[in-house]
Amino acid sequence: MTEALDPQALVDALFILVLTAFVGYEVVSKVPTMLHTPLMSGANAVHGVVVVGAIIVTATADSPLQLALGLVGVILGTVNVVGGFVVTDRMLEMFRSRPGKDEKAEGGKGPGA
Amino acid sequence: MTTIQLATYGVYLVGAVTFILALKFLASPKTARTGNLLGAGGMILVVAWTIATTEGLLDNWWVLVVGGLIGTVIGVIGARRVPMTAMPQMVAIFNGAGGGAAAVVALSEFLTATSGPVIGSDLLPAIPMIATLLGAVIGSVSLTGSVIAFGKLQGFVASRPVTFPGSRIVAAVLLATLLLLAVALAFFTNDVTLFLVFVALALVAGVLIVMPIGGADMPVVISLLNSYTGIAVAATGFVLGNYALLIAGTLVGASGAILTQLMCRAMNRSLLNVLFGAFGTGGGVAVAGAAGEQNVRTINAEDAAVLMAYGKSVIIVPGYGMAVAQAQTPVRELMDLLIARGVDVQFAIHPVAGRMPGHMNVLLAEANVPYERLKEMDEINDDFANADVALVIGANDVTNPSARTDTTSPIYGMPILNVDKAHNVIVLKRSMASGFAGIDNPLYGEPQTAMLFGDAKATVQALVAGVKAA
Repeated sequence: MTEALDPQALVDALFILVLTAFVGYEVVSKVPTMLHTPLMSGANAVHGVVVVGAIIVTATADSPLQLALGLVGVILGTVNVVGGFVVTDRMLEMFRSRPGKDEKAEGGKGPGA
Repeated sequence: MTTIQLATYGVYLVGAVTFILALKFLASPKTARTGNLLGAGGMILVVAWTIATTEGLLDNWWVLVVGGLIGTVIGVIGARRVPMTAMPQMVAIFNGAGGGAAAVVALSEFLTATSGPVIGSDLLPAIPMIATLLGAVIGSVSLTGSVIAFGKLQGFVASRPVTFPGSRIVAAVLLATLLLLAVALAFFTNDVTLFLVFVALALVAGVLIVMPIGGADMPVVISLLNSYTGIAVAATGFVLGNYALLIAGTLVGASGAILTQLMCRAMNRSLLNVLFGAFGTGGGVAVAGAAGEQNVRTINAEDAAVLMAYGKSVIIVPGYGMAVAQAQTPVRELMDLLIARGVDVQFAIHPVAGRMPGHMNVLLAEANVPYERLKEMDEINDDFANADVALVIGANDVTNPSARTDTTSPIYGMPILNVDKAHNVIVLKRSMASGFAGIDNPLYGEPQTAMLFGDAKATVQALVAGVKAA
């Protein structure tokens, strides 16, 4: 916890916080509605980086309780990050269907059927 | 600064850039998947580097192996097995896991700080302590809130708004207690028991915040909780002095907040109205009385098929009903047949159709409907007047014309699809039951509207057969 004490570190963190918030705003404003569900899911995967926090507290754990907390943190964080990216990929995979081609192939056999 | 520390900053910078690109590439369906893979790659790099360079992991390595394995198995199975219709609740549960992890990290960091030798004053410094408390409270709220949101969409928690007498007072007291405890823990005492009580109350708060919100508003809630988890992660990143957590958390916190705002705007409602809103509590009951009094015209599948097969332009309006009935694939077949006959087929996607913005796009894309045929509301609303047939499949509230005219309607002011402007409207519905908002739809009584009752999938299959025969 003492890492955040240094005034310079405080100021740095504040700058990162504010500038990153603007980046987040700008980036998301350009995403079309049809991709909002993957966007939510993708953003969800990104905050899965919390697993890094769980790893760090596991390293400093010196009681059984803290080890247990570390384990729970690693499990939850991994679920978040792995599940998040996999589920987003699954959604986005569907947006890759080649338009024109599919349409013609299916349309061609349509009238004959 | 050692070389390793310097390299860590470099790795975190690369990670942060990939996270930003992952979101940025979502601006187009063509680049979206690449972006996501890039983000995943950056994440693997950051995590692997952290494991390799963090000191003290040698004694506790089994925690990472066991936890990582369990988490990966749950995550992959959940993400792979979930049907596309259940996507929103899956995102909710992953988000809840992240919130829980943030809360656990905050708690653990607090325990480490209080168990160590105290230097100087007896109290932990206030600023990092406040960040710790923020991470703990927001992460906990996100955890239980997401679980309730999951339950409401999955159906094991009542999807209607759940309130009990005095629930507002209980919520207010709870909030005040949390605030009081936070002040006490930040400035007066570092008592561990008090901190645990604080976390426990935050967990209860998550339940109380989401229970009174109706199932129809869950997408907004999930988006908001996603933003919360981002903030909680940023707070823990601040406490740990870890830039990867700080940047990624803030990025998601900000983008989630904007997304929530966009979703509210699409429904023409404020976030406050969603969270503490009138839906279901008052409005819904008042209009429910009028149900069933409408005279509706029905049509059979053959006639409906002929109407579309010999039309020039058909606009399909999909809703959650289509998703529930798994009718996407027959709908695609119908589209193909109509296109082959020279009919112009488009899909009109309302921003809140389904259970999440973009939910319909995901489902239709899964069924191989080219995304160029999916039109957003503003793009297609003027085309309805020239459409021979508007085919509404399991959509209700987003087509309700009373949103335009009836100031007493709970959805008054919500932008809707101009389905009623089409020459013919065919509504596929299971029954005359009202939509998620629990209100009547005057569209069904209009002279150009015909109802086609039945299971959406079976009905669309009948339409496909009808078009083939026509």
